[in-house]
Amino acid sequence: MIKALITVHYKQGILDPQGKAVQHALKSLQITGVHDVRIGRHIVLTFPDLSRNEAEDQTKKACEKILSNPVIEDFEYDLVENDS
Amino acid sequence: MKFGVVVFPGSNCDHDVYHVVKHVLNESVIYLWHKDHDLQGVDAVVLPGGFSYGDYLRSGAIARFSPLMTEIIDFAHQGGLVLGICNGFQVLTESGLLPGALIPNLSTKFVCKTVNVRVENVATPFTGEYETGACIRLPIAHGEGRYFAGRETLEDLESNQQVVFRYVNPSGKISDDANPNGSLKNIAGIINKAGNVLGMMPHPERASESILGSDEGAGLFRSMVNRMVTV
Repeated sequence: MIKALITVHYKQGILDPQGKAVQHALKSLQITGVHDVRIGRHIVLTFPDLSRNEAEDQTKKACEKILSNPVIEDFEYDLVENDS
Repeated sequence: MKFGVVVFPGSNCDHDVYHVVKHVLNESVIYLWHKDHDLQGVDAVVLPGGFSYGDYLRSGAIARFSPLMTEIIDFAHQGGLVLGICNGFQVLTESGLLPGALIPNLSTKFVCKTVNVRVENVATPFTGEYETGACIRLPIAHGEGRYFAGRETLEDLESNQQVVFRYVNPSGKISDDANPNGSLKNIAGIINKAGNVLGMMPHPERASESILGSDEGAGLFRSMVNRMVTV
């Protein structure tokens, strides 16, 4: 079984107000050294029957067509083999 | 003139638009179920406000793939009038009928209040009833209304007079204080290059009768009717 672990986040240069709010919270918790916080979305697609190449092809299509909006977001993904 | 109001699961301003068209304008109006594939001969399509598909993923991202959107995109490409209000605006940007995107408000909070909006372009089928620079008061109610677009797109919008509405202060001036959501250039509504698809975050249908505090939004719907009559 192949799982696609997808992360979608704002493009660099777009202010992420949620990230900023969390950054302030971290500071008040004395968690130090954090320069920037960006919040994104984590999506997992499970492909029980596809080959790795087929799964990658479908994942890419999904990311480009609906899971991310190219005007504001970038995406990254990892494909992992998973027996369960 | 026959209006069609699209109903997505989660639309909640569809009845308001229907009411204004039918009972304030005395024009013909029908609901269009998002799963159908038939615009039933309407002259204009309205994508209403609400929370289609619970705003899952991104506002408008899933509604954009509803079956009826295929017909709406064709209708728009053929010059048909399409108005997207609030969530409808988000569906229009997601579908690519309008450029840019609507992202969470800079405050990270849902904003529900009446704002001052300046009419920037009256040479559209949606604003013919207004005067250039007119300031009208319209309600907004959204969590994701911050208009964003890349620099090139913004320059295009400005040079083609595609910015139709902007948030302004009570004296009609653009200011950060008057910007309720962090929209670039205080943009509240834009039109496509061809001039037949308008998206706006404020709700004209909630300000179309004086008993509701303002009827300054009714001019938008009247403009559409007048346009159809004169075409």
